[in-house]
Amino acid sequence: MANTFIKIASVAVGAGGAATMVFSSIPATYTDLVVKVSARSTSSSGDCQIVLNGSGGTAYSGKLLYGDGAGALSASNSGVAQMSWGAGAINRSTTTSSTFCNTDVYIPNYTSSNFKSVSTDSVEENNATQAYSQLAGSLWANSAAITSITLSPSGGGNFVQYSTATLYGIKNS
Amino acid sequence: MTTAIEVNCATGEVVERPLTPEELAQREADAAAFAAQKHEEEVAAAEAAAAKAALLAKLGITEDEAKLLLA
Repeated sequence: MANTFIKIASVAVGAGGAATMVFSSIPATYTDLVVKVSARSTSSSGDCQIVLNGSGGTAYSGKLLYGDGAGALSASNSGVAQMSWGAGAINRSTTTSSTFCNTDVYIPNYTSSNFKSVSTDSVEENNATQAYSQLAGSLWANSAAITSITLSPSGGGNFVQYSTATLYGIKNS
Repeated sequence: MTTAIEVNCATGEVVERPLTPEELAQREADAAAFAAQKHEEEVAAAEAAAAKAALLAKLGITEDEAKLLLA
């Protein structure tokens, strides 16, 4: 796998924070994409969402399974303007200071003319009973090749300094 | 200022820029949708808790006793 797992680009948030992290002009030369996220939000609630190709509208849907330290729960949505859990849990302002989430996002066949599926595996770090662990599946009902990925905290906050996202390309040959 | 950090994957250029009007509108819509969804979840959780409490009261048992029945 190692020689097909190629770093395309990385974003690191500076001292001023940022509302979004954007990968644009993604080359169509890979089979799949992976985004690895380590992030923290200024908001006290919310997850880390994804918008593809800058396209809002109503073409997104998703299913979420998660644990919150007390129980197992689930959620779903459809006809929404973003992948609500596309980039998983994000460390909120109420979590242990200077801790960040760990998230893997897998996007297979991102240049195909089929609708685009996204799977997400994510954990939040928190030195407390409540800490979220999430598995999510999302769909973008659009046949366009993915050329940009926008990450943002869904609670309306900003990414704090030292939040990072790295995009990798996966080739099947 | 509300900014985006954008990396152009073709050139490697990283730009920190203000959000476009479209991105700002999307951000506001997303925040409103998130708040609405959270409210719905809170209402559903409150209704479920109330229904559970009413059932326990009707049965005349505590939550721990109900757990024993299901164990």
